[in-house]
Amino acid sequence: MEGQSAAKHKIMITNIEQVPGKKIVEHYGYVCGSTIRAKHIGRDIAAGIKNVFGGELRGYTELLNESRAEAVGRMVQQAEAFGANAIVNVRFATSAIAQGAAELYVYGTAVKVE
Amino acid sequence: MFELITFFVLLTVGYFSGTYIEKRHYKDIIRREKDLANIPVRCDKWVPNECNKGFLVMGSVVISVDYFKMVSEGVKNIFGGRIRSYEALLDRARREAVLRMKEMAKKYNAQEVVNLRLESARLSKEAGGVLCVEVFAYGTALRSDEIHT
Repeated sequence: MEGQSAAKHKIMITNIEQVPGKKIVEHYGYVCGSTIRAKHIGRDIAAGIKNVFGGELRGYTELLNESRAEAVGRMVQQAEAFGANAIVNVRFATSAIAQGAAELYVYGTAVKVE
Repeated sequence: MFELITFFVLLTVGYFSGTYIEKRHYKDIIRREKDLANIPVRCDKWVPNECNKGFLVMGSVVISVDYFKMVSEGVKNIFGGRIRSYEALLDRARREAVLRMKEMAKKYNAQEVVNLRLESARLSKEAGGVLCVEVFAYGTALRSDEIHT
């Protein structure tokens, strides 16, 4: 699922300062994308049951994966608007906003590579 | 009286299922780590000269403790000190997240993953509620493609 969403973008994304095998010819600046998800699992019955047994909460893993893919998609949109074809030095950050809600934030530098 | 019985039933169920699930998960983790040992993971950013393709790869997992651990660690919390079962929880979650990231790298036929970053977050309904952690691992997968001239 995540592999597909990353491959769909023609834009190259890396979390190091370069795109391997290519040379950066222009910098466009900072681009970012974010989504806000409620991480509240108190009312989820399935998670409540899983909390007795222990183990992985697949529903939440997928939910968070989707939110991250959405945040990356928004960052890619911003970069494409600049005319960039790659995003380097990508970092993720999570901040708790309110009780049970957190913002998933991804940011990087949009560049043109050849 | 009924609540007390429910509590002990949940404790017992939590204990046995939690221990079983943890053992099974660890076996699974060890097997997959052996299979994926040919893709090294590094925390630095050095890229070998022959690598000419890079991709962002990610892996994440959300794991919760069972009821028995939650209660027993809640009691131990009063005295302070090392909380061993939570250590096992985070260890499992980290290794699983890194393995999923490596699996994504394998789909790209990558040779190695650099600049590994790990992020963890706690998901729970209230401050002292059931402990569920999310661990997210990401890095850049490197590949060297044949250059067609």
